[in-house]
Amino acid sequence: MDFILLSILKTAIAAPVLLGTLAYLVWIERKVLAHVQLRIGPSRVGPHGLLQPIADAIKLLTKEDFIPSYVNKFYYWLAPWLALMFAVTAISVIPIGPVVEVFGIKTNMGQADISIGLLLILGLTGMGVYGIALAGWSSNNKYSLLGGLRSSAQMIAYELPMAMAIVSPLLIVNTLNLREIVNAQAGYTFGILPNWNVLGGGLQIFSFIIYLICAFAETNRIPFDLPEAENELVSGYNTEYSSMKFAAFFMAEYCNIITACSVATTLFLGGWHPIIPNELGGQFIPTLVCVFFAGVLFYHALNPSRPSDRLSMGAIGAVILGLGLMFQVPGVKDLAQPLFWFASKAGFLIFFFIWVRGTVPRFRYDQLMRFAWLFLFPAALLNLLVTAFIVALKSN
Amino acid sequence: MSETIVEHQESEAGTTRRMTLNMGPQHPSTHGVLRVVLELDGEFIQKARPEIGYLHTGIEKQCEALNWQQIITLTDRVDYLANLSNNLCYSLAVEKLLGLEIPPKAQWMRVLLAELTRIGSHLVWLGTHALDMGAMTMFFLTFREREELMKLFEMISGQRLMTSYIRIGGLALDPPRGWEKLVRAFLADFPSKIDEYETLLNNNPIWLRRTKGIGVISVESMLDVGITGPVIRAAGIPLDARKMTPYSSYEKFDFAVPTSTDNDVYARYAVRVAEMRESLKIVQQAMDGMPEGPTRADAHRLVLPEREKMKTQMEALIYHFKIVTEGIAVPEGEVFQVVESPRGELGYYVVSDGTAKPLRVHMRTPSFGNLQGLPRLIENRQIADAIAVMGSLDFVLGDCDR
Repeated sequence: MDFILLSILKTAIAAPVLLGTLAYLVWIERKVLAHVQLRIGPSRVGPHGLLQPIADAIKLLTKEDFIPSYVNKFYYWLAPWLALMFAVTAISVIPIGPVVEVFGIKTNMGQADISIGLLLILGLTGMGVYGIALAGWSSNNKYSLLGGLRSSAQMIAYELPMAMAIVSPLLIVNTLNLREIVNAQAGYTFGILPNWNVLGGGLQIFSFIIYLICAFAETNRIPFDLPEAENELVSGYNTEYSSMKFAAFFMAEYCNIITACSVATTLFLGGWHPIIPNELGGQFIPTLVCVFFAGVLFYHALNPSRPSDRLSMGAIGAVILGLGLMFQVPGVKDLAQPLFWFASKAGFLIFFFIWVRGTVPRFRYDQLMRFAWLFLFPAALLNLLVTAFIVALKSN
Repeated sequence: MSETIVEHQESEAGTTRRMTLNMGPQHPSTHGVLRVVLELDGEFIQKARPEIGYLHTGIEKQCEALNWQQIITLTDRVDYLANLSNNLCYSLAVEKLLGLEIPPKAQWMRVLLAELTRIGSHLVWLGTHALDMGAMTMFFLTFREREELMKLFEMISGQRLMTSYIRIGGLALDPPRGWEKLVRAFLADFPSKIDEYETLLNNNPIWLRRTKGIGVISVESMLDVGITGPVIRAAGIPLDARKMTPYSSYEKFDFAVPTSTDNDVYARYAVRVAEMRESLKIVQQAMDGMPEGPTRADAHRLVLPEREKMKTQMEALIYHFKIVTEGIAVPEGEVFQVVESPRGELGYYVVSDGTAKPLRVHMRTPSFGNLQGLPRLIENRQIADAIAVMGSLDFVLGDCDR
């Protein structure tokens, strides 16, 4: 099929899915955080608050778009969309599955498959700081300015160790193409231990940890959420934003989390490759997981804590059970199984992000910088040197 | 917001650019409506000028227009997180003027309630202090336990916050049946909850980095500006009105005054957490040694009669009518009474001209004194430290402005 037509088709599928994921990621974050904090989270709009994201979207769309008189209008307009654009674009190069054949068309799962995929992601996420810095500057608000300044400094500081942490596995796989990086992690050592970069592939556990810490900083999450530390800077760089412009920042932030977790999955956790070889039953794990969750939900449907649970829990359980069975349908299987593995790995990392948010306090600005330059950077450098040394020894 | 972001100021070198930042009165971390005008050089605070008065209620002046016993309800609203301490201090002051003897059970109950108030206040402090530093979950954990305390207060007085339970001459009512059981349940449960808070914070490297060595102020400065309570105890001075000028039978209780010598934000945290444990000890002793007897002084001209008597005895009804309509006459004189509120030394200065209304009621509130130290504590430090320090001072703006 024509390349352009295929790209448009893929985008038409991927864009709504991405936006839906973003919206429900907020719901998931609110629910998980609520349960960490002894609350129940959104529960009013729809069963278990499942319609909350839609309500949020309607609210943000219909809200007055208030622009203070003292802002620099052009950059004030530009900043949120710039942030969102870079965040969304970065996702396009991430491969979420192998090359598959759908309706007789052979194509790869993922939007673009370019030779410098990883560089593109680094570049685009690096550009994302412009959105925040411009927002902080153009708002003409002192809190926003401080937030923007902090953000710029923080992102530059953490980009270095992040890049170093990324380079180490690259030395092993020797390519920048994300699809090839994942393919290099296929197979199993001793037939059981996956060849992921973080495990058997190259023991890149330190790179992984450094990358993850930097990802927290890059996405402005607690404990590095200084740009929007609400107890210090009210709301940081987005203090003066309302309506859809605020939503754009919000979406950009969650988009960045998805990107960061997807890159971690691709680079270190073997992308869409299952944790147990398919010959040893790895292909049944998705179904088993779904059956387990469906069972839990059915149990709650039979022993409801609220009358409405009997219906809602049962219905969601049935959907999940159906999903689980889908993983074994021959035609769909090749498409669904890689998706499951990719989503569950990235999803676990996202859960980890939320979990950390519910647990730790925030760094101070200078401590954050010191941590980046005096600990993370040397550690990443050392890690890179050791990896390079090992790779050089092996190749000889 | 001013027209330009950066207000240029000619410094000596002519190159530094300072920014004036208005923190508050509406700001998430100023715990009410404190306004701090900060002069910033980057993230560093060059000068800080706290401005109070945004929560001025005129309570002191209002006291002059009310009967002696009506003022109790106002004292609740001075420090709304430690209402019973304020009730107690005012009642003690007026009782001193009246020369009233308070029955032992009422005294024991007062100690018990004051200590529960201390725990409740420290819980709010711990939750908000940790929240300010980004540890969001602590807030929900501490409010879970505070809810139990609120239930206890509601059970005895019908009110969660504005209890007005300690009255001139004793208590408003006898505690209801079953209350004691709930207090004991709280006592049994709470120590493990304190352990839970400590596991989350004590060994958390980020928490330690944010609190250790931050907000140090010399003891001389503290005494200069009148800082009291856990803040000065964290500097190694065991200043505690419960020990130094015992009131309401505090001398009969066995408890320690936790101190620390580190004098930083962490030390204040540690001292307050230790105080919660000590308060539990006092509550336990009060529960175990609770004397039998009435909870109101036997002074028919000053204290409202029991409901039962009012319905059956003519004299009681007359006294009830006279106290409610005319108020009580307090002998001429002036008195200063100090109690240890959760925030520090709380003093009530009460002047009577012999009528049914006080001539003057002045509160020496700990929040006011503690807030005076703020500029010295945060100058030349970063904004994030200012948030930590403000949290560690634990001021209540209502207490500050009156």
